[in-house]
Amino acid sequence: MKANLNKLKRLIVKASFHAGEGHLGSDFSILDILWVLYDKVLAINPKRPDDPRRDRFFLSKGQASLALYAVLAEKGFFSGEWLKKYCDFESRLGGHPDRNKVPGAEASTGSLGHGFPMAVGNALGLKIKHFPSRVFVLIGDGEANEGAVWESALLAAHHKLDNLSLILDYNHSTDRALRLGDLRTKFEAFGWTSVSVDGHDHKAIEKALRTKHLGKPLAVIAETIKGRGSKIMENNPAWHHKAPNREELEIILKELSPS
Amino acid sequence: MSMRRQFVQTTESLLASDERLVVLLGDISVFALRKSFKEFPERIYNIGILEQSTIGAAAGLAMTGFIPVVHTIATFLVERSFEQLKDDFGYQKLGGNFVSIGASYDYAALGPTHHCPGDVGLLQNIPGMEIVVPGTAAEFDALFRQAYGNGHPTYYRLSEKENAESYKVRFGKAQVVKKGRQATVIAVGPALKSALEASKGEDVTVLYYTTVAPFDGETLRNNCPSAKVLLCEPYYEGGLTNEVTAALKPRPLVVETAGVPRKFILNYGKAEEHDERMAITASSIRRRLRKLLQ
Repeated sequence: MKANLNKLKRLIVKASFHAGEGHLGSDFSILDILWVLYDKVLAINPKRPDDPRRDRFFLSKGQASLALYAVLAEKGFFSGEWLKKYCDFESRLGGHPDRNKVPGAEASTGSLGHGFPMAVGNALGLKIKHFPSRVFVLIGDGEANEGAVWESALLAAHHKLDNLSLILDYNHSTDRALRLGDLRTKFEAFGWTSVSVDGHDHKAIEKALRTKHLGKPLAVIAETIKGRGSKIMENNPAWHHKAPNREELEIILKELSPS
Repeated sequence: MSMRRQFVQTTESLLASDERLVVLLGDISVFALRKSFKEFPERIYNIGILEQSTIGAAAGLAMTGFIPVVHTIATFLVERSFEQLKDDFGYQKLGGNFVSIGASYDYAALGPTHHCPGDVGLLQNIPGMEIVVPGTAAEFDALFRQAYGNGHPTYYRLSEKENAESYKVRFGKAQVVKKGRQATVIAVGPALKSALEASKGEDVTVLYYTTVAPFDGETLRNNCPSAKVLLCEPYYEGGLTNEVTAALKPRPLVVETAGVPRKFILNYGKAEEHDERMAITASSIRRRLRKLLQ
């Protein structure tokens, strides 16, 4: 599994180097979560990305688009070759995902605090239709500064959206600006079932995502490390929005080497 | 019947006839729609006072195949959640309906936090956003039924001010109310009433627009024999200047405007008193028209 994810991380780093663009810290922070979602949890068929009864995943922190692209490509939504043109003028894969260009991307995100409300509406719509589909949304801790996140937390609990699960990528990037404190307790206070988990432990993530939450939405507070897997990037804010130069590329690729 | 009351009736009727309709209310018109809450509890919600998430949730509903209708006060619907309208509907290419009340200074006594003469100008910045400004309750009903399911985001600007009579309006089409040679008066929605009074006895064409976007340039091109245009708009003045000049290109043009001046309105009282103070009554518009015709 680790070797497999290192393969995706290498793809991500190379795409970022090619484009001179990317949010690698975020990508590596959430890659384990995305992998567990797409490999173990979501009921989706890459050949039928528009199946109305599919499960949905919303990447609300759209800046981690490369992580999403790498997982979608690995799962067969589109060719891995697409990543080689990441952020090119005519590329379908940009710095934030565009749902009208990327098979499997449920929403066009980028501005923080948008994907979560859309996921809430989606979950409500699926409830009205009495579909068994589930909705998952991933937000960042910086994103949780936004008022719309807490509006939507109220909304989802009020409407008892137990087909909705939120994963909060708690890599503490916002601690330097606005501390969020104990997010598990906060979501519980908002009427959610809430669990904390090591956001890099695949078995624990899967177990957390399978937590029973009858009559309530589920919040999974995932403790993560920004830039996980690369010592030069880990918890280094310089890598929030930065592409590697050639020297850095080689160092990171070495760190991620399969051997 | 007021436009707001008409919104209730139209919504009740469409909830019954179209299973795709889902209504989200920003804690207004809830009592008026109580019958629908009883009959269609899964498709009408008093969502609360959280406009940004309401627009986002409406987009999520649209993604699952529903046609959302969001209804609240104009300034909160448009100005507070502008980015949601832009990103969650415009950019995603989703259909939805946004029906406001409290046009311009309808809430005259409540002060600038409740005024919204900037709604149309703001929404013109969202590519693909349709903007509908009905002049009467019956026109709202007709226009909404024509456009609510067309797959585009559409703003309906309801106002307390109404015209004396309703026209057979068509979404996206302007109407020729009167033909003349010396100038063309463009009247938008409820501004038609004073525009018609102002142009009584004058040799001018009067065009009536209830759809601002997409703008019907063809009707203007075919009905502008002079190089003079008077724009009568119920929101910030000159909102359609770009559309008018683009439609008549490359003709040289003199454009005069009669609309809400771009400043905070700091008095209270009644809307009519503001019309008087801001010189957008029929008699003051007539003076502007005469000057344009000289």
